Amino acid sequence: MSGSESGLDIRWPIGLLFLAIGVAVAVFGIFSASRTDLWGAQINLNLWWGVIMTAFGLGMIWGGARAGRRAS
Amino acid sequence: MHLEWIDYVIIGVYCGFVLGVGFTLRKQMRTSTDFFLSGRRIPAWITGLAFISANLGALEVMGMAASGAKYGMLTTHFYWLGAIPAMIFVGLCMMPFYYGSRARSVPEYLRLRFDEKTRAFNAFTFAIMTILASGINLYAMALVFKLMLGWSIHATILLSAIVVLVYTFLGGLTSSIYNEVLQFFLIVFGILPLAVVSVTYAGGWRGLEARMPPGFTHMWANLGHATANPMGVDWFQLVAGLGFVLSFGYWCTDFLVIQRALAARDMTAAQKTPLIAAIPKMFIPFLVIIPGMAAWVLLPKASFLVGGKVDYNMALPLLLANYYPPGMLGVGITALLASFMSGMAGNVTAFNTVWTYDIYQSYIRPAAGDAHYLAMGRIATIGGVLLSVAAAYVALSFHNIMDYLQLLFSFVNAPLFATFLLGMFWKRTSSNGAFFGLVSGTLAATLHYFATLHGWLVYRSEMAANFDRAIYAWGVCFAVTIIISFFTEPRAEAELEGLVYSLTKRQNYGHLPVLRRPLTLAIVVAVIAIALNWVFR
Repeated sequence: MSGSESGLDIRWPIGLLFLAIGVAVAVFGIFSASRTDLWGAQINLNLWWGVIMTAFGLGMIWGGARAGRRAS
Repeated sequence: MHLEWIDYVIIGVYCGFVLGVGFTLRKQMRTSTDFFLSGRRIPAWITGLAFISANLGALEVMGMAASGAKYGMLTTHFYWLGAIPAMIFVGLCMMPFYYGSRARSVPEYLRLRFDEKTRAFNAFTFAIMTILASGINLYAMALVFKLMLGWSIHATILLSAIVVLVYTFLGGLTSSIYNEVLQFFLIVFGILPLAVVSVTYAGGWRGLEARMPPGFTHMWANLGHATANPMGVDWFQLVAGLGFVLSFGYWCTDFLVIQRALAARDMTAAQKTPLIAAIPKMFIPFLVIIPGMAAWVLLPKASFLVGGKVDYNMALPLLLANYYPPGMLGVGITALLASFMSGMAGNVTAFNTVWTYDIYQSYIRPAAGDAHYLAMGRIATIGGVLLSVAAAYVALSFHNIMDYLQLLFSFVNAPLFATFLLGMFWKRTSSNGAFFGLVSGTLAATLHYFATLHGWLVYRSEMAANFDRAIYAWGVCFAVTIIISFFTEPRAEAELEGLVYSLTKRQNYGHLPVLRRPLTLAIVVAVIAIALNWVFR
């Protein structure tokens, strides 16, 4: 199932959106850690969840690119 | 609550993406089938996620978190009893008729199976209901952002209506479906950390059990009598009203969700659509209901007071404000914004299809070319958005919008399910039987509503009244349809092939591996749902 039958593989917008948001949140997490940490500065939620969203975005982009190569 | 620049950046990036999706898809919208049914070429995993997301509007997300705080685990009945069995049924038993008949909408199936008047009745009631639901969604969004962030109600209604209008006008149903899938992932990624953080702060599941009132952490233990649980219902009202009539009525007949399955690329994908949707649906209680329970434990009770009355509708936004740092707060707010907008877009795309195919093409301009109907679809999109804005201002005058929405469903969907059940599984059902049954069922719901409004019928909760209203509406429609069908002429069997169970060739999935057949997926879903009911009994 490629998801590209309508001309736009949906994995591309999902991947790019999560890549953009993930990177923005993670970078913000690095530079604002001292005032945004949870649990007495033990967990930087922005940084770690930003990294997870970035990884998800990259996975979606990889899936979309692979399906595109297969179709062409 | 106040947002920082990073939160506004995230909201802006999201709005840019949804508009970009609309602009990219506009070139593919060449025929009315492309616009209204995505050219029937969407794979099952996408239609499945859109099927669940069309239902996962912000009213659902916030309403279920609020119910979690108010009723505890009883709320999970809306999922593990009030959704999964119906989703299995529509996938296995009803989709062969919807998709196989090539009907373009639910009202069109009614015309094929019965006659023009039954279609007209459903098309008009559905069009009105969907516009009201869209307006309620729009109003609720504006209200939430006013309460949370102090944004102007008028500006929020206007700006979000413009965004929804642009992307549905350009990309039709495909644009709506793609944004629903985007929204699904945003909800998961935006709310999941909140669920983990809030439940951890509340002391985990053990902490919730210890700190909530007795019975709030069980699904079935206190349903022997309506006085024994906070919902004010007994097991019969719950199983018959919610588990059967309201649930099957919504999932099996509401065109908003069925339209997503009709966009699937083949029969197998159409049948799998609700079954794939059922998998994330089963786990949504962990994202919204259990955090709602955590909100009850964690937040001061005074924070739930609105105008001197307890109101849990802001449970989820309050958790966002209390437990998310800037950055993640932007992601959480964007998830809510996305679910409001895609909820509205879903209603608008269902409305433009029913308007164009079932009202305009049928009664106003029957023999125009396809390009004309495509243009009318786009005009109907503008009309749908404008009417939604008007309905949003009507909703301003109603006190409790969730009750209003449930009320609409009990009027329209509950009797309709009886019509479909008989129409699809009893070939003797006549066209007049279906029409007069449907009208009688809707009248029964109206009478019941006025009886409760004037205090002639008294219930322990609004929800109990909604469940009973649905049972009466369904029962009256079912009985009247059968009685009239016995006295009127049924349609010839040759005309009903592909529309009625006993006259339709069974789908043969022998060519597919066992693990890829719809029945296998249905069994897996059913086993997980039963297990969840058992674990949280």
